[in-house]
Amino acid sequence: MTILTRRPEAATLPAHARPTRGRRRGWVTIILFVLPALVLFLLLVVAPILVAIYASGFKWNGFGGMPTQFIGFDNFTRLFESEIFLTDLWHLAVLVVLCVVIQLPLALGIALLLHQRIRGRAIYRLVFFAPYVLSEVITGVLFSLILSPESGLANRALSVVGLESAWLSEPDTVLMSLFLVMTWKYFGFHMMIYLAGRQNIPNELLEAAKIDGAAGWKVFRFVTLPLLGPTIRISVFLSVIYTIQLFDLVWILTEGGPAHASETLAVTMFDVGFGRAQVGYASAISVVMFVLSLIFALGYQRFVMRRDMEGATTAMGDNR
Amino acid sequence: MKRVFALIAVAALAAGCGGGQTATPEPTAGGGSPQKVTLEWWHLSTSDPLKSVYENRAKEFQAKYPHVTIKMTVLENEAYKSKVTTLTQSGKAPDLFATWGGGVLKQQIDAGLVKDISGDVAPVLGTFTKAALAAYQFDGKTYALPTDIGMVGFWYNKKLFEQAGITEPPATWSAYLDAVKKLKAAGTTPIALAGKEKWPGHYYWAYLAMRIAGLPALQQAGVDHDFTKPEFVQAGQQLKALVDLQPFQKGFLGASYSTPDGQAATVSNGKAAMELMGQWAPNVQNDAGKGLKDDLGFFPFPAVDGGKGTVADAFGGGGGMAVGADAPAEAIELAKFLTEIGNHTKAVAENAVLPVLKGEESAVKDANLKVVADSLANATGFQLFLDQAYPPAVGAEVNDSVAELIAGTKTPEQVAADITEVAKSE
Repeated sequence: MTILTRRPEAATLPAHARPTRGRRRGWVTIILFVLPALVLFLLLVVAPILVAIYASGFKWNGFGGMPTQFIGFDNFTRLFESEIFLTDLWHLAVLVVLCVVIQLPLALGIALLLHQRIRGRAIYRLVFFAPYVLSEVITGVLFSLILSPESGLANRALSVVGLESAWLSEPDTVLMSLFLVMTWKYFGFHMMIYLAGRQNIPNELLEAAKIDGAAGWKVFRFVTLPLLGPTIRISVFLSVIYTIQLFDLVWILTEGGPAHASETLAVTMFDVGFGRAQVGYASAISVVMFVLSLIFALGYQRFVMRRDMEGATTAMGDNR
Repeated sequence: MKRVFALIAVAALAAGCGGGQTATPEPTAGGGSPQKVTLEWWHLSTSDPLKSVYENRAKEFQAKYPHVTIKMTVLENEAYKSKVTTLTQSGKAPDLFATWGGGVLKQQIDAGLVKDISGDVAPVLGTFTKAALAAYQFDGKTYALPTDIGMVGFWYNKKLFEQAGITEPPATWSAYLDAVKKLKAAGTTPIALAGKEKWPGHYYWAYLAMRIAGLPALQQAGVDHDFTKPEFVQAGQQLKALVDLQPFQKGFLGASYSTPDGQAATVSNGKAAMELMGQWAPNVQNDAGKGLKDDLGFFPFPAVDGGKGTVADAFGGGGGMAVGADAPAEAIELAKFLTEIGNHTKAVAENAVLPVLKGEESAVKDANLKVVADSLANATGFQLFLDQAYPPAVGAEVNDSVAELIAGTKTPEQVAADITEVAKSE
C-alpha cells in the first residue's frame, strides 16, 4: 500500500511524461517478474524444439547419449514419400473442414439458443460444457465402450430402428466416428466462447436493427454474426491448432487403425518414435507438425485475425 | 452444483496426470544394518494367478530382506512396451523388469541399460532348460532369467466344434480352412481376433511362414533382411485365403485383446469358436469373461501341405526378468528368488506359468497347459515372437503390414516388400 501511495502522481501521468528513473525501475521489475517464466519457457519449450530439429537430421534410435549418424534431409524425403504421412495430412484436412463446417456452427447455434431466456438454461449450459472438463483418456475409454460393435450402447439403441454402424471398427466409418466423439467433447467449449461473445453484444444494436425493419435472420446475418467475428475467428484458430496436434483421443479409441484409417500426424510420430525406436524420423515428423502449426498460426494471425490483434497491441502500448 | 463441477474437474485432472515416476533407488543411511533399498519392479502380469503370485513373492522377499522395499509397476502389454521404451530412451531402466528377450532386449543391451548377470547367476544357470534361456543370452552372456516359456496355438471351444460336426482338431491347413467353413455354416463365429492391437494378427502370418518356408528360412530372413522369397508371399496368400472366408467376429478390426468385449472375452463367453494365442490364453479368458472350463481345448497350428516346416515347430516366447544396469545387487537376488525351484514350481502348480526349470514338468496340473508343455518339450524347433525377435522397427512393420493385409488394404506381395524395405533400412 505504501508503495502505491508514495508517488500518486506517477500513476496518473501518461507514459511519456513519467520521470525516467521510475521507468527504469519499471523495467527492472518487469525483467525480474518475467525471468522465471522465461527460463522455464526456454528450457521446456525452446530447447526441446531445437533438440528435435537437430535430431531430425540423424538416423537415431534414441538410445545412449547424442545421435551420431548424420543423414541430412533423408528423414524428410522419406516422410514426404510415405503414404501414411500423406493420409495423415488428408485426415487433418477432413477433420478441419468438418470442424469448421459442422462442429462450430452447431456450437454457435446452441450458444444463441441458450442466450434466449428459456427455462433451465443454466442446466443446459452446464450439461453441454461438462464433456469438455473430462480428460481425453476418459472420453476415449467411455466411447470405446459406447461404440463397441457387438455390446455397445450405441448399436443396441440403434438396433431398434435398424441403423447399427460399424463405428470405429471399419476403415470407412472410423474417421466420422472420431469426429463425432471430438464434437461431443469440444462443442461445449466453443459454445461457451460464443455465449460469452454474444453477451458482449449490446441489445441496443439489435433493437436498432429491428426498428430499421430487419427480421430474425437478417438481424443474425448483418448484426450478430459480424459482431461475433473476433470470437469466431479465435475459435476456428483453436480448433485447427487442436486438430493438427490431435493424439490422445485417437490413441485410446483406435490407435490410428483400422489400417491407418484414423491415423493422425501425432499418432504416426508416437508409433515411429516409441513403437519402432526411430527417434530421428519421429523428430522429423514433429518438426513438420511444428512448422505446419507455425505457418498456420502466423498466417492466420497476419491475414485473418489482423484487426482483432491490432486492438490488442495498441492497448498494450497505452497501458505500459 | 458448483461443487459437483469442481469435483468432476479434479477427478479429470487426477486421471490426466498418472505415471511418470522414474527408477531411482533411494539409498538412505541406515545405521549398522544394510542400507535401505527401494527396488523398482516392472512387469506386465495384469491378471491372476500370476498377478497374485508376484505380489506374494514380493511380500516374501521383503520379509526375508527387511531393508528392501519393492515398488511394483504393473501394466498391460502395449502400455508396458511403450512405457519401457520411453524410460529406456531417457537412459534409465527399472531395477528389475519383464522382457521377452530377442531384438528389443539386444537393443537395450547395446545401449548399456541392462546388466550382464552372467557371473551372478552362474551357479543357478544349469537348473534352467536350454529353450527357456535362449532368448536372453547373447554372445555367451546372460542378461535375464526366464520366468515362463510357452507357445502359441489354437485355443478352441470343444462344444462349438462338436456342434459344427468337427470331430477332431484339424491337423492340416486345408482341413483347418474346412473347419472354419463348417463353423460358419453352423452359424458360429469361427475366430476371435483383436484387430486393433495388431500383435495377435502377426501370429497367423508368422506361423504360416514357419510352416511354408520353414524355420531356417525365417531365421535367415532376420539376417539377410529379405522377406520377398516366394514362400513368404505364399504365407500372406494363405492368410488372405483365411481372411476371405470372413471368419472373424463382427467389428474385429476395432477389437482389443483383454477388454470386456475383446478377443479373449469373445472366446471365453462362447461367442467365437477359437483364438490363436499363447499359453496365457486360459487365464486371460477367465479374467475377461465367463471362462470355458472343460470345454476349452488346445491344438497346435496345423501343417501346410507341401510346406517345409512341420507341425512340431513351435512359435512363441515366454518372459524373463532383466536387471537394469544401475540396479542394486538386491535386484539380481529378487530375480533368483523368483526362479528358484521351490518358488517357481509353486507358480507352475498354480497354472500361472509353464516350466522353465529342469524337472518341473510334473507340476503342471491343467490338462491343456500340459499339452502345451509337452509340445514344447518335444518341439523340433523354436521361433521367438517376430515382434520381439527382430529389431523394434522390423517387428512393428510385421505387425502393421499383416494388420493391413487382414484389413484388406495390402496384398501379400506388398506385405513382403514392406517388411523387407524396413528390415534393409535398419
